[in-house]
Amino acid sequence: MSKNLRWRGIIIAIFIVIALIYLVPSMPGGMPQWWSGVLPQDKIHLGLDLQGGIHLILEVEAEKAVENDLERAVDDIKDELRKEKIRYLDLKREGITGINVTLMREEDKGTFKDMISARYREYDIKDGGSVENGARYTLLLKQEARDEAMKLATEQARETIENRIDEYGVAEADIRLLQNHRIQIQLPGVSDPDRAKDLMKKVAELEFKLVDTENSIDEALKGNVPPGREVVYEVDRDRISGNVTRTPYLLKKRVELTGKYITDARVTLDPQDGSPYVSLSFNNQGARIFERITGENVNKQLAIVLDGNVYSAPNIDEKISGGNAVIRGRFSMDDARDLAIALRAGSLPAPVKFLEERTVGPSLGQDSINKGFLSMIVGAIAVVIFMAIYYGVSGLIADLSLLIMFVLIMAGLAAFKGTLTLPGIAGIILTIGMAVDANVLIFERIREELKLGKTPRTAIDAGFSKAIVTILDANITTLIVAIVLFQFGTGPVKGFAVTLTIGIVATMITQVFITRFIFDYLYTKLNWKRISV
Amino acid sequence: MQLIKDDVNINFIGNRKKAYAFSLALIVISILLLLYRGGPNLGVDFTGGTLIQVKMAKAHTPAELREALKPINLQDSIIQEFGEKDLFEYLIRVQNPDIESEGLEDKVINVLSEKFGESAEMRSFEMVGPKVGSDLRDKASLAILYSILLIAIYISGRFELKWAKSITMTVALGFVIFIASKMGASIVWLSIIVLIATIILLWVLNLKYAMGAVIALVHDVTITVGVFALTDREISLSIIAALLTIIGYSLNDTIVVFDRIRENVARFKKRDLGEVMNTSINQTLSRTILTAATTLVAVISLYVLGGAVIHDFAFAMIIGIVIGTYSSIFVASPVILAWEGKAEKKK
Repeated sequence: MSKNLRWRGIIIAIFIVIALIYLVPSMPGGMPQWWSGVLPQDKIHLGLDLQGGIHLILEVEAEKAVENDLERAVDDIKDELRKEKIRYLDLKREGITGINVTLMREEDKGTFKDMISARYREYDIKDGGSVENGARYTLLLKQEARDEAMKLATEQARETIENRIDEYGVAEADIRLLQNHRIQIQLPGVSDPDRAKDLMKKVAELEFKLVDTENSIDEALKGNVPPGREVVYEVDRDRISGNVTRTPYLLKKRVELTGKYITDARVTLDPQDGSPYVSLSFNNQGARIFERITGENVNKQLAIVLDGNVYSAPNIDEKISGGNAVIRGRFSMDDARDLAIALRAGSLPAPVKFLEERTVGPSLGQDSINKGFLSMIVGAIAVVIFMAIYYGVSGLIADLSLLIMFVLIMAGLAAFKGTLTLPGIAGIILTIGMAVDANVLIFERIREELKLGKTPRTAIDAGFSKAIVTILDANITTLIVAIVLFQFGTGPVKGFAVTLTIGIVATMITQVFITRFIFDYLYTKLNWKRISV
Repeated sequence: MQLIKDDVNINFIGNRKKAYAFSLALIVISILLLLYRGGPNLGVDFTGGTLIQVKMAKAHTPAELREALKPINLQDSIIQEFGEKDLFEYLIRVQNPDIESEGLEDKVINVLSEKFGESAEMRSFEMVGPKVGSDLRDKASLAILYSILLIAIYISGRFELKWAKSITMTVALGFVIFIASKMGASIVWLSIIVLIATIILLWVLNLKYAMGAVIALVHDVTITVGVFALTDREISLSIIAALLTIIGYSLNDTIVVFDRIRENVARFKKRDLGEVMNTSINQTLSRTILTAATTLVAVISLYVLGGAVIHDFAFAMIIGIVIGTYSSIFVASPVILAWEGKAEKKK
């Protein structure tokens, strides 16, 4: 019996020491100097409702990405057809399903089909009906290809956003993919949510297009847009008055150069008036293209189009080699910096929509921590006092177990990297109330056994064994609820489920092993005769 | 110290008709209230919309704030005081889906501090898109449904050792879920249908203990939601968590009583079931009241000291614990007894 006791005592002691070790990093004051890397380093992770910060769910409009892919394919195929000298009447994207082609000469059918099956394998060729002279086809994008494109777009979006946030500099940012092309972003401690949201939402699609000086812009504005041209506006928002001016430009639709070729984007201050501008560096291929464009179009204007608006349209004074360009606009320092970040990190493959946002300011977070802990301590003290009064010395033993249980719960949170949220604190308070239940069950049984005339030791044995079954049953059902909550819950509710689960397990361990051990020790080893319960 | 005497012998079972009446009245009132208000008062989590918590430097009436928000088109939002009066905090709820959430946080703070010439602080901001809102509604219904289902299955197996029947019921329910979802029912209605199907199945399969427990749980949840409707409080995601916790707690209680009944039924084979149940409830009364008391103490501490954010959650827990304890004593066992009574009469 006493050997058994010693072993149990040692195991419990080890357990408690390990728990305390896991708690050291979370202590106010942090880890001491000598706390080496082998020992646990993580503080208890606080939820956003306690730390302050932003929780966002974005949806990537992946279908747009498919549209973009199809548009690119249209441009590519046009080039290919020109090379093969195949004349076409019509070559247009059809929604997100495919591309419609009308060839002008029947003889080209074979070459066309060969070309598509060789180089555009993600499309199925369907006959589009007969035409007098020529052939009509619909190139349908295969389902797998479309799904793949959407999945890829979502992953690229996630990566791009992660890069931008990295640059923005948020410690412990959490970015992950969810189902249905959604991305979940958690940024603890961010104090300017609007700026962060803007940064993430920016598509940052940079395109260089040539300004059309031959055709009349006024004609175009009336509705007569020449083929291969489009009207794009420069949007200027006056910083002070808030007035918006829109200046139209007639641009060639063809994209000469995109942001994909940019290797770097830096904010520089204009030496003359101190206003910020963004200077770009292209990679080798981009530099070559830029050189060619500027060389072929001296004295014409090159429009820099960002997210569908003209940012500026400077004159090309001479051929530019070396691959550097500059974007000027009416930026504030923050605007310039965010633009540079967006360009460096790359453009989003498709626009994103905000589905859900929860922001908690840091002051509210701190408040919640303070109030949560205060109510927890007061509640715990009330319970402790009550137990001591109602059950005497046995009550004090129960209180000791409660303290150990609390340590185990906090250690469990630290060890399993669970997140403590405000509902989680409520969960701990609940667990304290319910842990008492196990004690009450045991003590009431012991009282009954004592009344039947049994000795303290026998009564204790009987009390524990009979109560254990009930305790397990009751805790399992609460565990079922906690698991369901974990499955279906999000954010703070999930934190609640985790804390509740850890609490239940801690309660069971404490009541089944530790309280039992203390009683056995006192009444067997120390040979207490009377029991106050 | 002992609050409940050893020889306590309150005739719970004898008074069950009164308890039925009381419970029924509460449930009917709850349902009527909910119907009258067109459903529970759902928070932005479930309806979609934006909820903004601001802190001003001085007290303001909701009307003043609404006037101040006109320039950004928010004059139709619902504005109320939040928390203690001396904190000057207000909740602005924007239901209109056409309001741009872009930059809304900055706009609100700027407009408010402009108008009143004092500092305005954004304490928290929640925006839930309509898609997410209906998603969360679905998840909440499913969570409550699955909890009750799993519990029904567990109790059938554990207390009646009828695991086979338990499995039959699971399969049958799976079938019902399948058919109902094919009919295109919304998830919320589907959950209600499956719940009713569960109760019917429990009846048909004669799983009395599970039946008693499930009815007690449904009783508890309905009345708690009813009290929320009565006090015009919002049902948010954390309240759903509270409801599920109440299910867990009430079940806890109920199982303790069931355990004792089972033990006593085995011991006093000759006695009439009603008498055995009464004895069992009285024997566990001490424990039931004590646990309820200590858990209540802890939760009341949360209610009083925990701050405005967790306030409604604590309120739900208080109601739930009280009603849950009541149902373990006055609802779960009598239901089983009523059944046995019918079975006896049939013989």
